[in-house]
Amino acid sequence: MSEARPTDSRNAILGKLRAGRDAHPLTPPESDFTVLRDKRWAPSERLDRIKTMMEAVHTEFLETTEADWPTAVQDFLKAQGTRTLLYGTATEAGQRLAASWTEGGPELVPYDGPVETFKERLFDGIDAGITTTLGAIADTGSLIVWPTPEEPRLMSLVPHMHLALLRADQLYDTFWQAMTENRWADGMPTNALLISGPSKTADIEQTLAYGVHGPKRLVVVVIR
Amino acid sequence: MGETSVNFAKASTTALQDPQLRANFRRAMDGLMSKRAVQFADSKEWNAVRALGASVRLRALSKLPELLEKLEANCTRNGIQVHWASTTDEANAIVLSIMQRVNAKLVVKGKSMVSEEMHLNAFLEQHGIESLESDLGEYIVQLDEAMPSHIIMPAIHMNTKQIAHLFKQKIKEAEYTEDVAQLTDLARRVLRKKFATADVGISGVNMAVAETGTLCLVENEGNGRMSTTVPPVHIAVMGLEKVVEKLEDVPPVISLLTRSATAQPITTYVNMISSPRKEGEKDGPREIHLVILDNGRSSIYADEELRNTLRCIRCGACMNHCPVYTKVGGHAYEAPYPGPIGSILVPQMEGLAKRGELPHACTMCNACVEICPVKIPIVEIMGRLRAEAVHPGDSVKGAGSRASKAEAMVWKGWSMTYASPLAYRFATGLLAKLGNAAPTSLPLLKEWTNVRAKPRFASRTLHDLAREKGIPDV
Amino acid sequence: MSTDGTTVPFSGVPFSGVSFSGSRPDSVYYFGTCLVDLFYPEAGMAGIDLLKAQGLRVVFPQGQSCCGQPAYNSGYREEALKVARAQLDYFPGDWPIVVPSGSCAGMMKKHWPDLFKGEPDEARAKQVASRVWELTQFLVQVLNVKFEDQGPPVKITWHASCHAQREMGVVEEPKALLRQLANVELVELQRERECCGFGGTFSVRHPEISAAMVGDKVADIENTGAKAVVSGDCGCLMNISGALEGGKKPVRGVHIAQFLKERTHG
Ligand code: SF4
Repeated sequence: MSEARPTDSRNAILGKLRAGRDAHPLTPPESDFTVLRDKRWAPSERLDRIKTMMEAVHTEFLETTEADWPTAVQDFLKAQGTRTLLYGTATEAGQRLAASWTEGGPELVPYDGPVETFKERLFDGIDAGITTTLGAIADTGSLIVWPTPEEPRLMSLVPHMHLALLRADQLYDTFWQAMTENRWADGMPTNALLISGPSKTADIEQTLAYGVHGPKRLVVVVIR
Repeated sequence: MGETSVNFAKASTTALQDPQLRANFRRAMDGLMSKRAVQFADSKEWNAVRALGASVRLRALSKLPELLEKLEANCTRNGIQVHWASTTDEANAIVLSIMQRVNAKLVVKGKSMVSEEMHLNAFLEQHGIESLESDLGEYIVQLDEAMPSHIIMPAIHMNTKQIAHLFKQKIKEAEYTEDVAQLTDLARRVLRKKFATADVGISGVNMAVAETGTLCLVENEGNGRMSTTVPPVHIAVMGLEKVVEKLEDVPPVISLLTRSATAQPITTYVNMISSPRKEGEKDGPREIHLVILDNGRSSIYADEELRNTLRCIRCGACMNHCPVYTKVGGHAYEAPYPGPIGSILVPQMEGLAKRGELPHACTMCNACVEICPVKIPIVEIMGRLRAEAVHPGDSVKGAGSRASKAEAMVWKGWSMTYASPLAYRFATGLLAKLGNAAPTSLPLLKEWTNVRAKPRFASRTLHDLAREKGIPDV
Repeated sequence: MSTDGTTVPFSGVPFSGVSFSGSRPDSVYYFGTCLVDLFYPEAGMAGIDLLKAQGLRVVFPQGQSCCGQPAYNSGYREEALKVARAQLDYFPGDWPIVVPSGSCAGMMKKHWPDLFKGEPDEARAKQVASRVWELTQFLVQVLNVKFEDQGPPVKITWHASCHAQREMGVVEEPKALLRQLANVELVELQRERECCGFGGTFSVRHPEISAAMVGDKVADIENTGAKAVVSGDCGCLMNISGALEGGKKPVRGVHIAQFLKERTHG
């Protein structure tokens, strides 16, 4: 096989596209976003809708308050028999969690090195991971998650259970509104995610099965 | 043209003789159609979001070269390395050279139709690199050494029993079970080990955003996130039409895509990747490569009508609604893209000499056109390709390769007869008198009467009756 | 309503919901179509009679032949154009053109404008195309007909032609007409919107697939327990009744014009 000459291909492709387009320019119809702009729910309805939609795909909800959430999380995990919880030590949430963590609960495990040194433990020895979210979307029942150095990407993916902290006042109507109102286009992070349930598949005879590659359980911790 | 034609008729006949296969498809497609209808029950909303989706795709096509340049610039700024490939051979060579540089032995793949187009797995295996599909459906198909039969649900042609047997046979630690949860869990265990040790992850791209240099992937399983996050190198392959102009163009297209494909308001994961691991970040690949593939697309783009093929967002809904696909399944098309979209795309990519039969694998019922979320005039393109196949020209590869003097003569004779009232009257009169005497062994009549009674010519035509009944002529 | 996607809402039909502008005409043209001409002339006459019974003068130009669809769909556009062009002369008046076939009506209304694109007679072809109506659409939308059933009780089912539905936007009209008939029980097919597998040359180019498709259609028809399957398109009808007859099924295929005439004129 001969080595491709990338610049040649690039120029050939772009040249051909330009010639094709210029020979037959195309005037697209106006993009009318009204259908997304007008999709609204009353603020009081948003959370209910998010719950209904996400529960339909096996998401669990834990209702708690600003003051109580670290305890609520620990009690929940104890009851589940969870042994290890991966968390971000440097976030405010992580610090509160560590401060209020009591003996006898799952072990708090920090994600404190690059994945290369942590992979084995991550894939074999972690039951749950907890992350913050940037809110949720009523239209589709989705959490907005932007991983950070403090809360790396795999925290919400590799552990068998993902706990996501959701503030009840951080709710949007649609994905489009969330991204336009917060001007995402001005600067996208390394990775931005919408998460709408635990990992699932229907590839075997269209039968739904949860937890195929990612978390088997998604628990949304709603903080009011 | 020395190329041999791929025989759709033969492959489809084989498929039709497999009752299990037919039952699997019938059930699956019926289910998908009714679930999709529920997603778009609000016809006002459907019309609006569909118009928006079509406009997004058309706007992207109207500025395609500029948007690709912008995508390249923004990806490069973000640290994503962009490569261009005119052919699948070039794309494979680019992928291989990256693999060889990092000394890769094991690759995990997220679902990518473009990589099917490239026959990438086979190519990598030839070079001693294990390339493992990680989407459960693709994994099943790969274990079975088969091809995907649907672009969204690759193993839709198999039922649970068949998959249970396959797992038992091909996976060492497998116990025989028909329990879907257990089968899924088995795949989870096998593949997790692979994710953790893979050297490179390969994925497709559902959409690439020019404005921000962002690659969007939608999926339910998490294998796409695994493949694009765990291995130290991520290679994304995309067809050059997959670019959109703005970030805000993403939500309507995703909404149309997931609702059309699997009747979900959204997939479990929407994964937007804009850069490799940055300073201070603890995971994510250290390198991301984006391979932009042409493979005939720029030729398709040159034609004003045919370029509409490139609007496609690969939702697969046209397959689910196609009565031909539902009968014969995906394998009969012997192509990475089956069904209606495959019947127009594959002949344009591979040429009409080889694939000229595919545009005829269609009754022109328009079921696909009715539901295509980006309003591709699939059937009009089908008709255009039928015409191209029998008329020499330069707008489609292999144009004129199926021209037949005999067939052309028949249509010429037909048009002369039907365009002349006198000749028409004479011909229909003759058929009314003698048509019924035609033996069923005649070509065409023979095919027709396989399962049907012979059509009967009326003894007098409507023209005759109208004259007799004094229906005015002017 | 069935639940297999038959209620899919859509906007793919550019001409659906077009209502007749202007007052009720006193005359109409009738375009019989080539299949009706050769195989179903009584159905064609029945359509003429239904229109006449509404007090219309029906003009059947003897020079007409075919809309050009067979050649068009086979990739012979020049030949299709030649035949389509030959029709234009015969519809000079400003009257609606009524067609007892959704497929041919769709060819004229939807595809003629493309077929004649850039031709000297493009404007004329478009003008003719704009006057085309599918028969049941015309009966319902323009004439607002009311039928009184005079036949014995019977159970029937309806086969919707793909092109009537998806090119002409004719979905409810024929069923609305059938429901006017007091003694007729209309049982809908489970997959009413699914193609019967005719597809013109498709039926002989891919006879096995076509046979499988019409096989599914026949099974669906049998499941309704209907004594007759009514349709508005002769291509579908030839295919379905051919398969019913070939399979010795005791179900009759009949064109809607003929069925309506039988029920209302004794
Ligand atoms: S042609 Fe339309 S319906 Fe078919 S896969 Fe593409 S976008 Fe979906």
